[in-house]
Amino acid sequence: MEFFQDLVTTLNFILQGLWVTIGVTIVALVVGLVFGVVTAMLRVYGNAFFQRIATVYSVIVRAVPVIVIIFILYFVIARFVNLSPFWAGSLALGFASGAYQTEIFRGAFQSVPSGQMVAARAIGMSRWQAIQSIIFPQAVRLALPGWGNEATLVLKDSTLVFVVGVPEILRRAQQVSARTLEPFVAYAAALLLYLALTLLTTQLLQWLERRYRLQM
Amino acid sequence: MQQFLELLNNAFPFLVAGALETLRIATGALLLGIAIGLPTGVGRVYGPLWLQRILGAYVTLFQGTPLLIQLFFVYYGLPSLGITFPQLIAALLTLGLNSGAYQAEYLRGALQSVGAGQMTAARAIGMSQGQAIRSIILPQALRLVLPAWSNEVIAMLKNTAVVFVIAIPDLMGQAKILASKYFAPLSIYTIVAICYIVLVGVTYLLLRQLERRTQIPGLTNEAE
Repeated sequence: MEFFQDLVTTLNFILQGLWVTIGVTIVALVVGLVFGVVTAMLRVYGNAFFQRIATVYSVIVRAVPVIVIIFILYFVIARFVNLSPFWAGSLALGFASGAYQTEIFRGAFQSVPSGQMVAARAIGMSRWQAIQSIIFPQAVRLALPGWGNEATLVLKDSTLVFVVGVPEILRRAQQVSARTLEPFVAYAAALLLYLALTLLTTQLLQWLERRYRLQM
Repeated sequence: MQQFLELLNNAFPFLVAGALETLRIATGALLLGIAIGLPTGVGRVYGPLWLQRILGAYVTLFQGTPLLIQLFFVYYGLPSLGITFPQLIAALLTLGLNSGAYQAEYLRGALQSVGAGQMTAARAIGMSQGQAIRSIILPQALRLVLPAWSNEVIAMLKNTAVVFVIAIPDLMGQAKILASKYFAPLSIYTIVAICYIVLVGVTYLLLRQLERRTQIPGLTNEAE
C-alpha cells in the first residue's frame, strides 16, 4: 500500500516534466520536419552541388550518436546566442532528427511515379508548381508511416536533453529520487509514464494514417 | 590549428581506450541481444498463446521506453530491491535486453515472411515442428533478417554512447573527462563525433561484406 502512495506522490512530481518532454518532442519534430523536407527536396530535385551537401548532412549526422550531436550543438549555440537549455536541446535534437527525416522524405519523393511530374509539366505547370501541388501532397502521405516511426523515436530520444539540464521526465525522476531516496519508485514511474506516452502516440499516428490515406 | 593538433595528440590515447571500451560493450550487448532476441522471436511466432503474450509485453516495454531511463532504472532503481550490478554489467544487461527486444521483432518479421508452404512441406515429409523451424525456417529467416540486423548493429554502436551517464569510460565517457580537463568541449566532442563516424563507417562496410558472403546465389524469397 505504501508503495502505491509513494508512486502517486512521485508521479505527481514527475508529471510536471511531462509537458517539458512533450514540448521538446514537438519542437524537435517540427525543426526536423523543416530540415528533412528541405534537404530531401534538395537531394531529389536540386542540382549536383546541393545534392552533395544534402547527402553529407544526412550521412554524417546519422553516423553520430544523437547525444554527441546534442553536446556539440549545445556548445555551438551557446557560443553565438544565449538560449535556454530547453531551446538549445530541442533545436539540437531537431537537427539530428532532420537527417533521419531526410531519408524518409527522400524515399517518399522518389516513390511518387515519375509520370506525375511529366504530366504536370505537360499541362503547363512550372517545376516548382508541380512539386508543390502534385508531388508533395502524395509524398507526404507516403511518408506518414515512416514519419510516425521517427516521431516515436524522437519522443524517446527527447530524454537525452537531460544531459544539458532540461527538467524533463528523467531529470524530474532523478530529483524526486534524490529527495525521497526511492530511486526504484521514481524510475519505475518515469518508465510507466513514457510507456503510456509512446503507446498513445502510436495510436494517434495510426489514426492519422487512416484518416489521410488516399483512396486509389 | 596548432592548438587543435596538440589537443588531438594529448587526447589520442584516451580516445583509443574509449573506442575499445565502446566496441567491447557494443559487442557484448549485441551477443546478449542475439541470445535473447532469437528465442523471443521464435517464441512470438511459434510459441503457445500465453508465451506470445508474455514475450509481446517484454518487447512493448523495452521498445516503448527510452534506453537512458532503462539504464537509470537498472543501475539506480534496482538496488532498492537488493539487486545491485556493477556499472559494466548494468550497461551490458540494459543494452542487451533493449537490443533483444528489437532483434526479436526483426526476426519475427523475417520468420513470418518465409512462405507458409515451407512449414507445411517440412511437416509433410515427417519433420517435427521444432525440426522444421531449426533446419528449414530459421536458415532462411536468418538470411532475410540480415539487413535489419545490420541496422541494429549500427544502432547499437550509437546507443552505447549513453552509458557514460553511469561513469563508464567509453568514447563518450572519455570525451566528458577530456572536455573538462582541457576546457575545450567543442573540439573534443567534434573529435569524438569523427571517431564515431569512423567506427560506424567501418562497421557498415564489414556488414555489407557479410551480407554478400551469406547470400545464396539464385535463392529468392517465396513470399516476394
